[in-house]
Amino acid sequence: MFRQPEKLKNSYDVVIIGGGGHGLAAAYYLARDHGIRDVAVLEKGYIGGGNTGRNTAIIRSNYLTAEGVKFYDESVRLWQDLAQDFDLNLFYSTRGHFTLAHTDAALRTSRWRAEVNKHFGIASEVVDAAQVKRMIPMIDLSCGGHAPIVGALYHEPGAIARHDAIAWGYGRGADRRGVEIHQNTEVTGIDVRDGAVVGVRTTRGTVSTRRVLCAVAGSTPRVLAMIGLRCPIYIHPLQAMVSEPLKPWLDPIIVSGSLHVYVSQSARGELVMGASLDPYELHSTRSTLDFAESLSSHMLDLFPFLSEVKINRQWAGMADITPDFAPIMGTTPCEGFFLDAGWGTWGFKATPVCGKTMSHTVANGREHPLITGFSWSRFARFELTGEKGAASVGL
Amino acid sequence: MKIICCPLNGPRPVAEFAYGGEVRAMPDPDTCSDAEWTDYVFSRASVPGVKREWWCHVASGYWFIVDRDTASDEVIATHTVDVLRTGAGR
Repeated sequence: MFRQPEKLKNSYDVVIIGGGGHGLAAAYYLARDHGIRDVAVLEKGYIGGGNTGRNTAIIRSNYLTAEGVKFYDESVRLWQDLAQDFDLNLFYSTRGHFTLAHTDAALRTSRWRAEVNKHFGIASEVVDAAQVKRMIPMIDLSCGGHAPIVGALYHEPGAIARHDAIAWGYGRGADRRGVEIHQNTEVTGIDVRDGAVVGVRTTRGTVSTRRVLCAVAGSTPRVLAMIGLRCPIYIHPLQAMVSEPLKPWLDPIIVSGSLHVYVSQSARGELVMGASLDPYELHSTRSTLDFAESLSSHMLDLFPFLSEVKINRQWAGMADITPDFAPIMGTTPCEGFFLDAGWGTWGFKATPVCGKTMSHTVANGREHPLITGFSWSRFARFELTGEKGAASVGL
Repeated sequence: MKIICCPLNGPRPVAEFAYGGEVRAMPDPDTCSDAEWTDYVFSRASVPGVKREWWCHVASGYWFIVDRDTASDEVIATHTVDVLRTGAGR
């Protein structure tokens, strides 16, 4: 789908660390919208092999804070045109998205979210249990009797897409515009002189550059340590699994915060399921039986008829979590070093808008207006963004 | 890691324990700078490696200290909280 350059050049205008959706999208928009084509994307594995290919591919914009809602809504809008842009089928499928409420407190939060969403013109409403049953006939509203569903937040534009296609689409689009994509190229060091970036060392040689964009999700603390920065990010694995393929029976996407479940049925008929973060820090993508067991048991609370269905695959990604569940984007205390991180459990849906806003930020040397609420400096000002609309944070 | 050897209860499955985060020294709030305090409140040593952590055996409400490799998920050693005073194992 794209060229495989044999050697790194001696220098680039911009070096992007991380060949996932975010890094490749930034490369694409740098080349397409900002005319910056002397760009290298460095990926230690293969493109889209990290969290881009490990998420559960849900796209939505019904977040809780004004910053989050505006940002993700722009992303949903971009998603809808991408397949045309790339000439590649992303299997973008609008399904509708239910966030189930099992308690009065959860229903109150749903109303709060719906009002914030509606204020920004986003389709989002509170529905009662009967309507949930109408749209999802197979659901057990009593959830085995111990967590009865009292209502839900319904978000009609909620969608799923084919996640690795997004990396391929952006990668191919960037490559055609002159960007070099170097796979199997791990960054081993970053050279800084007088507080500014001057070069990047890799397993395939050293390149000089004045601008580096770091979009490496779970590896962010390791890369920041190369320039001597500590950060408000901690790493927990996030696991997911899929069932064997079934005839289509589940159209919408379903999330239950209380039961720690989110599930959708893919175009292939597999149930794609996730739960909450693993409960302690770990820099590994190992899977656990605990996860499969507890997620299965919660799935059976919602859908008892699935008891004979088999699990096909299970995997994990390393989520980079921030204290306020909002990302960290933009400039950093090191000049020329730009960060797109803290994407924890909510980064896939934001891929297009991250590419757009980070390319703008790198090209102009200052933050795009949509991301000022996500700046690194918010911590020093104690002005957190508080995005509790994020998925699977176990709240 | 599937089993943690609790200093009070012996080897128990990891599901019985809750993670309490890295052991960190608090700077003196009366004398430290704003930057030092911000770093203490928000920043973490999130580079993988052997770290000293707080863990709690939930059933018995017992807090203790674990040295764990956060890359391989291996427990290197467990200690009672006394180790924080004596600094042993470091």
